[in-house]
Amino acid sequence: MSQPLLKAEGLAKRFGDRVVLQDVGLEVEEGEIHGIMGPNGAGKTTFFHVLTGQHKPDAGRVTFRGEDITGLAPREIACRGIARSFQLMNLFDDETALVNTMVATPEMRARGFDLFSDAARLEAATERAQRALADVGLEHQASARAKGLSYGERRALEIGVALASDPKLLFLDEPTAGLGAEGTERIAKLIGSLRRKVTIVLIEHDMRFLFGLADRIAVVHWGQVIARGTPEALRANPWVQRSSLAA
Amino acid sequence: MPSALARAPLITPTHVVVALLFATAPWWITRIGLYPYLGVEILVWMIFALGYNLLLGYGGLPSFGHGAFFGVGAYAFGLAQLKLGTGLWSSLGLAIVAAALAGALVAAFISHRRGIYYALLTIAFGQVFWFVAVKWHSVTGGEDGLLNVKRPVLDLGFAAFPLASNTAMLEFALAAFVVVSIFLWRLVHSPYGRVLRAIKQNETRAAFVGHPVWLYKWSAFTISCAVAGLAGAIFCLAQQSAYPNVMSLHQSGFVVMMVLVGGGLVSFWGPVIGAIFFILARDLLGAYTEAWLLWYGLLFMGLVLFKPEGIAGAWQSFRARMTPSPKEGGGLA
Ligand SMILES: Nc1ncnc2c1ncn2[C@@H]1O[C@H](COP(=O)(O)OP(=O)(O)OP(=O)(O)O)[C@@H](O)[C@H]1O
Ligand SMILES: [Mg+2]
Repeated sequence: MSQPLLKAEGLAKRFGDRVVLQDVGLEVEEGEIHGIMGPNGAGKTTFFHVLTGQHKPDAGRVTFRGEDITGLAPREIACRGIARSFQLMNLFDDETALVNTMVATPEMRARGFDLFSDAARLEAATERAQRALADVGLEHQASARAKGLSYGERRALEIGVALASDPKLLFLDEPTAGLGAEGTERIAKLIGSLRRKVTIVLIEHDMRFLFGLADRIAVVHWGQVIARGTPEALRANPWVQRSSLAA
Repeated sequence: MPSALARAPLITPTHVVVALLFATAPWWITRIGLYPYLGVEILVWMIFALGYNLLLGYGGLPSFGHGAFFGVGAYAFGLAQLKLGTGLWSSLGLAIVAAALAGALVAAFISHRRGIYYALLTIAFGQVFWFVAVKWHSVTGGEDGLLNVKRPVLDLGFAAFPLASNTAMLEFALAAFVVVSIFLWRLVHSPYGRVLRAIKQNETRAAFVGHPVWLYKWSAFTISCAVAGLAGAIFCLAQQSAYPNVMSLHQSGFVVMMVLVGGGLVSFWGPVIGAIFFILARDLLGAYTEAWLLWYGLLFMGLVLFKPEGIAGAWQSFRARMTPSPKEGGGLA
């Protein structure tokens, strides 16, 4: 049995005396789409923050491809091939869509302290940036400023920036937040098209969306994983049933 | 590909125009009632402001104590010549290194900050340098400063030029400006410059795509201090002295006003426009009223309120209205 791509065990996080995560674990296999669901305030985003370096966990361990990455800084984790998108968008607003993705490429990272060559001539970086835009359906908006894009396009660019860094593992935090049915459909198609190209961990409220995409799902509630399994197995779960009735 | 990023030429027409304007100044500047030394002063401030804008315009890092590094350059140049007896080139080199080192040290303490805390720390550090310049009498000459700095002969190996005349100084300052403006033009279009701009807009995201944010902020501060040091050294050479006033809060405030009024937030050339405008305003308004700075300050406030993109920004929107074209992004083009 090969080791999982990412393995988190016993993660705990508290803010003051507010316990947000307790003993959370996750195993992500290479190539899968792993869903995470749970009610508002369950700790899903905090879980991502702990996995990607925004917060240090109080306890627990995270390994990525066998390497211990617990408590590393965001930059160090990103350089190892982990990218993330944000629930609230986090773009380079005054830059064009192309520059947004370009800045995220590994080529720019490698040449970041090159003070003299013209960035526009870094063909490998520009090409990768353009591919990332094409992957999220924004190639026609390459030279539009990020802040001028529509909400749906910004959502797509949010994923595009993460993709441009050429990740092995991609964390997406509610990529459909605030989108209508049509926009949600587009993002679902987009994520489906990334299957097998990159391993994905996906937080999502929309159950239909998540159940259609994910290979496995973990349900987080009060900072703990209360259930996990394939979408089929989870349909029988009482908590899931209750909340899908509510939805 | 239509969507590819526009390439930056090595040198732009603006570089050439500015260089020609100042290179020919000795022939026309007295005819319009000004004098060559004014050209020297403007060039010094142009260098200072252009380097400062790397930090403010491109890095989004407000340093309100940058006069300190201009001053370190001026004092280092004077001290190198008076105490070590070094020639022009070594004195200039020492001034740049001294300002860069001072900048690197300060940057090490402030680069984890941003915004108002960053600004306050730069003011505090700036005041420390000013205080040292005033109090460390045996080295800096206290309130009087360093006097009797010589203008040595500029030795290029194949030819030598005395810098005694202000026209010669003007050409020398212009040469330094050309070098600095090409260097910074390359820098802001390099991968480094692109990442720095990205960090200005979103530090968090920049870190999450793998950039060492702290190191960028630290190095941008250091580089802009090195440029400030060069400007300070040329100022010392021109004034033949260095005194505490060159690192005062005033001086630091002037460079901020130049960059903002000129439009450094939206244009590479904004600081140059701002420096020309400021020094001319000082001389022309100053001829009429002692209170010229008050008028200038009012103008500054008006601009910040109604046209925060400054003169360059006003020009850009004027041109955009004249030539209606699909609006493309780019910011500091
Ligand atoms: N930095 C912080 N300091 C204090 N409390 C925090 C902090 N970050 C999150 N919390 C709290 O932790 C809890 C979990 O928040 P988190 O954002 O992880 O939830 P979530 O599952 O992502 O919710 P949502 O579905 O609304 O995005 C919330 O009650 C929140 O108020
Ligand atoms: Mg959340």
